[in-house]
Amino acid sequence: MLKLADLEAGYGESMVIRNIDLEVKENQVVCIMGRNGVGKTTLLKTIMGIISPKKGEVNYQGNDITKKRPSFRAKQGIGYVPQGREIFPKLTVYENLLIGLEAGNEKEVNEKVYEYFPILKEFRNRNGGDLSGGQQQQLAIARALVSNPSFLLLDEPTEGIQPNIVQDIQGVIKDIKENSQTSMILVEQDLEFVKSVADYVYVVDHGSIVYEKAAHEIDDEEVYQYLSV
Amino acid sequence: MTDLMVTLFNGLSLGSILLLIALGLAITFGLMNVINMAHGELIMIGAYVTFVMQNIFINYIPEQYFDLYFILSIPIAMVVAAAFGMLMEVSLIRYLYKRPLDSLLATWGVSLLLQQLARTIFGAPNVGVKSPSFLEGGVEVGSMYFAYPRLFILGLALVCLAGIYLYFYKTGNGRRVRAVMQNRQMAECLGVSTRKVDLITFAIGSGFAGVAGCALTLLGAIGPTIGTNYIIDAFMVVVVGGVGALFGAVAGAFGIGFFNTVFEFWTNASLGKVFIFLLIIAFLQWRPSGLVTTRSRSLD
Ligand SMILES: Nc1ncnc2c1ncn2[C@@H]1O[C@H](COP(=O)(O)OP(=O)(O)OP(=O)(O)O)[C@@H](O)[C@H]1O
Ligand SMILES: [Mg+2]
Repeated sequence: MLKLADLEAGYGESMVIRNIDLEVKENQVVCIMGRNGVGKTTLLKTIMGIISPKKGEVNYQGNDITKKRPSFRAKQGIGYVPQGREIFPKLTVYENLLIGLEAGNEKEVNEKVYEYFPILKEFRNRNGGDLSGGQQQQLAIARALVSNPSFLLLDEPTEGIQPNIVQDIQGVIKDIKENSQTSMILVEQDLEFVKSVADYVYVVDHGSIVYEKAAHEIDDEEVYQYLSV
Repeated sequence: MTDLMVTLFNGLSLGSILLLIALGLAITFGLMNVINMAHGELIMIGAYVTFVMQNIFINYIPEQYFDLYFILSIPIAMVVAAAFGMLMEVSLIRYLYKRPLDSLLATWGVSLLLQQLARTIFGAPNVGVKSPSFLEGGVEVGSMYFAYPRLFILGLALVCLAGIYLYFYKTGNGRRVRAVMQNRQMAECLGVSTRKVDLITFAIGSGFAGVAGCALTLLGAIGPTIGTNYIIDAFMVVVVGGVGALFGAVAGAFGIGFFNTVFEFWTNASLGKVFIFLLIIAFLQWRPSGLVTTRSRSLD
């Protein structure tokens, strides 16, 4: 489904990630772990096309999309939930969801999304910027889901959020894995959750992949060794 | 009492003229942060379109339909100016979104070019446009006199304002524009073609300059440099209103219009202009980001 080959990317002259080879197969959930600042977000931005790589290829569903704009990738079915949520602050919750529809062929906001996150229906006419952090995160996920993406990029969707909403979000991620055809790359720090949802795990350090294994073969100690500061 | 009413009406009238010439700029400069020095020439294009329409009607259309030329001129001026705006966006502005200084110089060049083009086609002297008969005269209330063209411009400005509001807040296109201006990168990531949004938005802002040009033919003769007379005023309105706040322009326009009229009433035309400049400078010292402040992050 998605294949990265020898990817090298960064900001301006300084390269943040290099030698990245990564694959996501159909219906797979791939988790990316790693300490703060090792380049996980940079990797996701490169997949989405926000950053253009200096070297290497991004291949999606058999097509080289390395040079395509983010809007093209979105219309090919890649949904993106960025770190920091990036809600449109002066658009209402409902309008935020309508912008989410731009990428797909759907005309209406799927009721399923409101089942996942009932608060979004209740607050549909509030400005996105007036929601709490946790609510914004739910909105960011819902906004990516309304277009029925075939591939989801989730960048630390539970970072800095109160425990009961974290549980809701983790429940939604599991539900998507079990009940839809969507593949996923999930950046996540919580190893227990990773082991419960991932098919395959990559650990990134200093911008390169230093460890990769199928989720059921993971050795906790080895992973912790890369995550500890 | 009458003096007060007349001053009020004149202020309102001047405010509506300022609003009309600044509305397009409130979109291209206020919302998109493009410093388009050729905005005045887009106004000029609207004015000349009206002139050409008038001549077509005089020469080819039966006389009893003459007044229709003006009604038709409004949408046509809008479309022609929007088309010029599109041409500018595609060939020039698109490459300069992140370089305000370059776009200032480049659009200044375009403005000189368009002025010369007008001079070549229509000649250097001003030309007059005959107002349609239904806008001749005015209404008298007691000892006060309200000229129809001024009432018409007031109405037109309000209609344009309502149109812009409906477009930006009630249509899918408008929603996309607002999303792009609030978070360009995220909008692009969700499948919004930001290039298309930029093009359409710039064209719409340019189109409203065309409408303003059409309306200005009611107030006097037009010439190749008509745009330069209005460009400063237009920027002033947008800056006072608050860059990025689309409807700050309304407050800016009527505020400047009102104070300008009052100052002119107390002193004279040129001194009034000096006072209004001083007032604006003082105001911007006090509120550097204008009356209505919403930060536009269009070009982050
Ligand atoms: N816009 C930017 N411009 C320049 N450097 C950046 C930019 N964004 C990130 N960096 C740098 O790139 C490196 C990797 O950042 P990145 O955000 O990809 O890390 P991360 O793994 O996602 O970290 P975290 O776990 O904190 O989210 C960091 O050293 C960071 O300072
Ligand atoms: Mg990150």
